Amino acid sequence: MVTLTSVQEQKIWDILETVCDPEVPVLSILDLGIVRNILSKNNEVEIVITPTYSGCPAMDMIAMNIRLALAEQGYPKVKITSVLAPAWSSDWMTTAGKEKLKLYGIAAPDKKFEIPADGVECPQCNSTHTKLISEFGSTACKALYQCQDCSEPFDYFKCH
Amino acid sequence: MQDFNPSENLKHLGKSEISAVSPPGIGKAAYTLHLADTTLLLAQRNAAWCAHGPILEQDIAITNISLDLIGQARNFYQYAATLINNEAETPQGKLMDEDRLAFERTEREFKNLLLVELPNGDWAQTITRQFLFSQYQFLLFEKLQASNDEQLAAIAAKSIKETKYHLRWSSEWILRLGDGTQESRERMLQALTELWPFTGEMFVNAAYEVAAAAAGSGVDSSLLQQEWLQNVAQLLEEATLAVPQNIFMQSGGKQGIHTEHLGYILSDMQYLQRTYPNSQW
Repeated sequence: MVTLTSVQEQKIWDILETVCDPEVPVLSILDLGIVRNILSKNNEVEIVITPTYSGCPAMDMIAMNIRLALAEQGYPKVKITSVLAPAWSSDWMTTAGKEKLKLYGIAAPDKKFEIPADGVECPQCNSTHTKLISEFGSTACKALYQCQDCSEPFDYFKCH
Repeated sequence: MQDFNPSENLKHLGKSEISAVSPPGIGKAAYTLHLADTTLLLAQRNAAWCAHGPILEQDIAITNISLDLIGQARNFYQYAATLINNEAETPQGKLMDEDRLAFERTEREFKNLLLVELPNGDWAQTITRQFLFSQYQFLLFEKLQASNDEQLAAIAAKSIKETKYHLRWSSEWILRLGDGTQESRERMLQALTELWPFTGEMFVNAAYEVAAAAAGSGVDSSLLQQEWLQNVAQLLEEATLAVPQNIFMQSGGKQGIHTEHLGYILSDMQYLQRTYPNSQW
């Protein structure tokens, strides 16, 4: 597999920008930082991705969505490779991704809360008078909080 | 689906094809299958709590842990399948894969720790098992990260991030229950009595562990015991509990000799594939 010319590559990166995490539809897979590399051989494109959490069911769906998005834009032959090392970290999330999370109502990963604890800023009213309900939320990557001021429950995208 | 003809399908089960799936005894594939089976069985046991948790948040917590463990199991099974396919052409020529390893092997071919196939019991027993196991798994993955086998090291480095959550969560619960009410403490003492005999096996190397450790790809699990016992004893003491003394330790799971519980789990888990072989979603 050889790396692509910059023009071709940019085109593919733009297509990948349209593929979102099915759990968090505002986050593209580039915002999440799970796309490792793009390679190509004659007309077959290889996308190297890495899982966020070992058991995350969204990864199978993301692989399928990548295949569909590329096929629609004229890249019928797509190979998707998953690599585990180095392990994905929430540090790879882009700043833009973090802002999108906040707008969507999910608190973005914050180094001060490496271990989830009370005080994560509420994405609704920005209060830090918030309570950790459970370190395990509706998906593997999120913890459950409740704001004590506006009393809205919200998810916190955990540092990982 | 073509018209279902039971006798046709049952005939298929008669052949020894299924039992031909198991790889030779002490290769890296067997070591990887041990790691895969252990994580899969605990995932299955924890998943049984779904919709039965003591409170919603803990129902989500234990099913989240189950999901992590299933993910780890899938990584190990996929790698074991690769190893098996490289080692020898499978008898039927059909390539091995993660699903066949999970759904087509019999009890005697599973190599999981006995600890993870035991019943969930009450919340105290489930928590105690999770803590005893996660403390072990954390120490195991910590060492496995240094494996000279890139894939095993990668899976360990990936999984340990999740194991930390499992260990922290179960430790908090050990304290809450042990140093809790009279009843919760009694249930914890009962759980420790029930489970302790199955902890020794974690530190007795099976042949494939000895081989893997010698080759530098696996971990000599006997080296984990001292630190494991230290950490467990410290937390139990904090929780006003104590380490059960001179208990006869059970073993055999690593070699495929299981308790009566495993068969029931497999019959539930493998039912669909055994009744409708090769069925797809």
